[in-house]
Amino acid sequence: MTASKVSPESIRQTKAVMDEIRRITTRPWNIMEICGGQTHSIMEYGLDQLLPEEISLIHGPGCPVCVTSLELIERALQIAVLPEVIFTSFGDMLRVPGSSSDLFGARAQGADVRVVYSPMDAVKLAQANPEKQVVFFAVGFETTVPAIAASVLHAEKLGLKNFSILPANVLVPPAMHAILQSPDNRVNAFLAAGHVCAIMGYWQYEPIAEKYRTPIVVTGFDPLDLAMGILMNVRQLEEDRVEVENAYPKYVTRLGNQTAQSMIDQVFEPVDRQWRGIGTIAQSGLGLKAPYQHFDAGVRFDIQLAQLQESPMCIAGSVLRGVAKPIDCPAFGTLCIPTNPLGAPMVSAEGACSAYYRFHKVK
Amino acid sequence: MEDNLPVMQGAVCPIPISQHQQVVIGHGAGGVLTHDLIRNIFQKYLGNVILNQGNDAALLRMWQEIPEDQNLVVSTDAHIVSPLFFAGGDIGRLSVCGTVNDVSMLGAVPKFLTATFILEEGFSIADLEKILVSMAAAAEEAQVRIVAADTKVTEKGKSDGVFISTTGFGWVDRQYHISGQSALAGDIVIVSGPIGNHGIAVAEARGNLGFRSQIRSDVAPLNDMIAVLLDAVPNVHVLRDPTRGGLATTLVEIACQSKVTIRLKEENIPVDRDVRSACDMLGLDPLYMANEGKLIVIVPSEDAELALETLRSHPYGHKAVEIGLVESSSEGQLLLKTPLGTTRHLDMLAGEMLPRIC
Repeated sequence: MTASKVSPESIRQTKAVMDEIRRITTRPWNIMEICGGQTHSIMEYGLDQLLPEEISLIHGPGCPVCVTSLELIERALQIAVLPEVIFTSFGDMLRVPGSSSDLFGARAQGADVRVVYSPMDAVKLAQANPEKQVVFFAVGFETTVPAIAASVLHAEKLGLKNFSILPANVLVPPAMHAILQSPDNRVNAFLAAGHVCAIMGYWQYEPIAEKYRTPIVVTGFDPLDLAMGILMNVRQLEEDRVEVENAYPKYVTRLGNQTAQSMIDQVFEPVDRQWRGIGTIAQSGLGLKAPYQHFDAGVRFDIQLAQLQESPMCIAGSVLRGVAKPIDCPAFGTLCIPTNPLGAPMVSAEGACSAYYRFHKVK
Repeated sequence: MEDNLPVMQGAVCPIPISQHQQVVIGHGAGGVLTHDLIRNIFQKYLGNVILNQGNDAALLRMWQEIPEDQNLVVSTDAHIVSPLFFAGGDIGRLSVCGTVNDVSMLGAVPKFLTATFILEEGFSIADLEKILVSMAAAAEEAQVRIVAADTKVTEKGKSDGVFISTTGFGWVDRQYHISGQSALAGDIVIVSGPIGNHGIAVAEARGNLGFRSQIRSDVAPLNDMIAVLLDAVPNVHVLRDPTRGGLATTLVEIACQSKVTIRLKEENIPVDRDVRSACDMLGLDPLYMANEGKLIVIVPSEDAELALETLRSHPYGHKAVEIGLVESSSEGQLLLKTPLGTTRHLDMLAGEMLPRIC
């Protein structure tokens, strides 16, 4: 095997799909991929280099690391440094800057901060360390929620008093509404993220497509998946059709994984949530339902937060809404680099600024 | 009459225990325990004529002096790895190979090592012996002698088991001009085998994978393979082992040092199937995973075939392949040609490699 993940056959088909996109495109179109994983793939394979000039890909707010609010990160930092706490998180979150520090900084100051690959690992930590309070930073889109819901239900079953989560999950459909309602919106069509839809289905997107006359195509992460998603969007736009189409039928059905959905419904309910760089979007986050609120670390630990300040240079808000590209930022690549991020999109591999910095500096 | 005086082991009433199963603070105090540790443990495994003299410094005899047409090469490296033992190696093998390889990267023949051990109070003597056995085996394989060593002990919790710092000395023939600054436009870039195995093996030993794999660290001394290569191809421009930061970070360093563009072909970069899947599952990139037994060779294009053949004839290089070429440019940069024919820019690893959320 080699460093390349894709087969020669898939490469050949991807090129053929790109040729077809070039053949049918007659006008300029802006297509937004919502998911940061897709942004990462597009940059990794240089798919934007293969598209005709008329097609612009806009990188959406779909990196859970990037959109987690300063307030939640600051809360996480303050909980993490409490002496009785083992603070657990997915790896990406460790380098996200709060107003003064990040979780790596907290760890250097003596906080017990650990990377876990699953919230269930945090439950196991709580069982193994009964004298400690284990907190899991519950970030992510709908993809990470079923495992988090399962961890809460499992902790409840075990009667664990020393496990809690800091709820920070966000939902895709409210973000799509917010982007399409924005007066400076330029998005003509969406690529929807296959792994989110594998859980949630895509029926929720149908009213959005209809209301805003905006095509939506569900697709995956390989170059061929992404190329097909773009082609199906361009076809709809050129033919003046508006539909929700599924380019990822191997994994996604219209109704999604209903077992996972009912587990989410049991534990969580929609709440208003602040998105970093965007502002508060109504009913766009998930909070614990009343019977599970004793697992909410925000409730368990009484944290007072001072007034919080973002870096004045950072244009993350415009980047996340798709109205500016990372290279439009005066700090991009100079003051703001992955080792010294001013804003969250420079941190995660899925963040638009980081992806641009890593993959797009080709002269 | 003085011969009959009792031996006083410091101002202690009960006779101290001299046989410990764990490292105790006294092992670093410079007294009897320290001497016992040196004699019974360190010299037992690492001993040789020079080390066993027990002087404050090693005296290297005239015949070992540097010949007229050779230069002295020195490199030093500290080794802290958690856990200490992993599939395919341990901190002992790592501490010998790491420094042997660094000395070899200038084309030098490594001859001598020194080693400093920072031991944590409470560390198991049996584990220390395992580590020393492994160091001795690696030194034997690399044909180097450990000529000076030191041990210190920290209080429990102030270090982590054992840290080993080694310094290596070797001679290099003045005819070689091997350096990270020597890559020239038109040169060919070769890697001696699949990348990423060490990084994944250590991640697995840490329990970070969440699953079991068959991946073993590639940690190995590369000096013999390099000697064979230089015999066949004296005009090698760059030798470098892609350790921390992986292949990509190392090649960015070389591109910047030599002020050239290095253009890689993604399809040619070898990655074992298990490493590929582990990286995919965890959201890691093999181009940035550490290696401890791989070699990057940059040679003029007319020497590339012979260099490849020579590397492939050696057990540590039998999967050597050409992965890219060097182009002229005003500033150093590393570019990767994807199988789709597009190009992307590769940068150094920023801080610690973080697994992605989704």
